[in-house]
Amino acid sequence: MFIEINNIQKQFLNKDQSPVDVLKDINTTIEKGEFISILGPSGCGKSTLLNIVAGLTKATSGDILVNNKKIEKPGKDRGMVFQQAALFPWLNVMDNVTFPLKKEVPKREAEERAKKYLQMVQLGKYVSHYPHELSGGMQQRVAIARALAMDPEILLMDEPFGALDEQTRSRLHTQLETIWTETKKTILFVTHSISESIKLSDRIIVMGTKPGTILQDIKVDIPRPREEHKKKIIELEEHIMSYLKTEIDKVVSEELAI
Amino acid sequence: MNPNIKRLIFFAAVIVVWELGSRLELWLPTILPSPTMVGEALMAGFLDKTLIYDLIASFQRLAIGLVISLILGALLGILLAKSKSADETIGTVILALQSVPSIVWLPLAIMWFGLNEVSVIFVVVLGGTFVMTLNVRMGIKNVSPLYIRAAQTMGSKGIDLFTRVIFPASIPYVVTGARLAWAFAWRALMAGELLSTGPGLGYTLRYASDFGNMSLVIGVIVIIGIIGSIVDQLIFSKIEKSVMQRWGLET
Ligand SMILES: Nc1ncnc2c1ncn2[C@@H]1O[C@H](COP(=O)(O)OP(=O)(O)OP(=O)(O)O)[C@@H](O)[C@H]1O
Ligand SMILES: [Mg+2]
Repeated sequence: MFIEINNIQKQFLNKDQSPVDVLKDINTTIEKGEFISILGPSGCGKSTLLNIVAGLTKATSGDILVNNKKIEKPGKDRGMVFQQAALFPWLNVMDNVTFPLKKEVPKREAEERAKKYLQMVQLGKYVSHYPHELSGGMQQRVAIARALAMDPEILLMDEPFGALDEQTRSRLHTQLETIWTETKKTILFVTHSISESIKLSDRIIVMGTKPGTILQDIKVDIPRPREEHKKKIIELEEHIMSYLKTEIDKVVSEELAI
Repeated sequence: MNPNIKRLIFFAAVIVVWELGSRLELWLPTILPSPTMVGEALMAGFLDKTLIYDLIASFQRLAIGLVISLILGALLGILLAKSKSADETIGTVILALQSVPSIVWLPLAIMWFGLNEVSVIFVVVLGGTFVMTLNVRMGIKNVSPLYIRAAQTMGSKGIDLFTRVIFPASIPYVVTGARLAWAFAWRALMAGELLSTGPGLGYTLRYASDFGNMSLVIGVIVIIGIIGSIVDQLIFSKIEKSVMQRWGLET
C-alpha cells in the first residue's frame, strides 16, 4: 500500500474545553497513482483529514503511513493546494513557483522546471506577473504549478476550485486530468461537489458528519474521457446524492435545533 | 479640478492676502513680516550658506537617528512578536514609553552625554524606535496563517520560514512603521535642536528668534514644514501605496 490511513481520530476542544469528535475511525488505503476524491458535507472534517495527511495538523490518535513511513510533519513528498491560492504576493509568478526549489536546485534548473509546469497549466507567458495581476483561476493554476514543481509523490488538494466560476472550473478539471495522466501523481482531492468528484476520480470516499466518518468508498468505473458517458455519470450522481441527503438533513436539523 | 491646481491656487491666494495685509500695515512686520521679507531672509541664508550648513547638519542627525531607530525598532518588534514573555514585560514598558513625548528625555540625555550631538540623536532615536517596534510586532503577528502553512508544506521552517515568508509578509506594517518613525523622529529632531547648539535648522530658528529676526523665523518654519510634507507625501506615501497594492491590500 502506498498510503495507509490507520484508525485516525481527531478531537478539537470546544470553547468550554470539552472535546468534540471531528474525525472518528478513519481507515483506508490508497494505491500509488490513484485519483481519490474525498466528498462530504461542509464541516465533516475533510480539510482536517487532508491537513493531517499534509502533516500540518496532528491526529489525536492513529497514524498515516506513506511508503511505510509514519507522517510526523510536512514534507516535500506531499504538495498541497489550498482553497485560496496562498501565493506570496511579494513574489512574481516565477519566484512563487521556484519557492520550494531554492537552496536545493540550481537557479537555472529551478526556472526551467518552473517553466515546464507553468506551461502545463498554460501560464507560460505570465512568469513575471505578480499575483495581484492575475485572476482567481490563474492564481489557482500557479498554485498547482508550484505544488508540482517540487515534484511531490502526492498532491493534496483542498477544494482547489471551490471559489471559481463554473466554466473556469470545468476547464481546470480537464487540465488537472491531463496533468494527472502525464505526471502519474497520487491525488487526494477534497470537494463537496458530487459531479466534480465523479468527473475526476478513480475512487470517491464519501464522508458523513458529526463525527466525520467514512460512509462509503465508491469505485468509479466509468472510462475516461468521462463526458462521453453521461448516463453512467447521472446514475452514480443520484446514488451518491441519496446517501449524502440523509447526512445533510442531519446537519441541517442539528443547526436548526440550535 | 485637479487637486494640485486647487492647492496651487489656494497657496497663491494665501500669499497674496498675506503680502497685501503687510503692505497695508494691517499688522506690524515684527509680528508677521511680509512674504517678500521672508523670501529675502531665506535667500540671504542660502547665499551665505548658513542655511545649507543647517540643512546638512539636521539631515545628518536625522539620518543617524532614524537608521538606528528603524533597526532597533525592527529588532525589538521581532522580539516582542516572537517571545510571549518579552511581549508581556518589555511590551508593556514600550507601550508606556511610546506615549511620552521624546523631547522630555533631553534633560536626561544632557546629563548623560552633555549638550552635544549625541544628546540630540538620542532623543531622535527615542522618538522613532517605539512606533517602529509596535508596527513590526503587529505586522509579524498578523501574517496570514495560510502563508505559513503553505510554506511549511513546501519544506520551509525556522529561520528560512521567517526570512522568506513571515518577514516579507509583514512588510506593509514595516513601511507604515518607518513612515511614522520618520514623522516622530523629525519632530523630535526639531525640538532637540531648538534646545541645543548649532548648526541645525532648529538651532537657527531659536537663534533668529533670540535676535528678533522674524523673517528668518518664519522662513525656517516654512522650510521645516515643506521638508516634512515632501518626505511624507513624495517618498513614504508612494512607497506605502505601491507596497499595499503589491501585497494585495488595496485595489
Ligand atoms: N482549529 C480548530 N479548533 C476547533 N474546531 C475546529 C478547528 N478546525 C476545525 N474545527 C471543526 O472541525 C470540523 C471540521 O472542520 P473542517 O474544516 O475539517 O471541515 P470541512 O469538511 O473541510 O468543511 P468545509 O467543506 O466547509 O471546508 C468543523 O466542525 C470545525 O468547526
Ligand atoms: Mg474544508
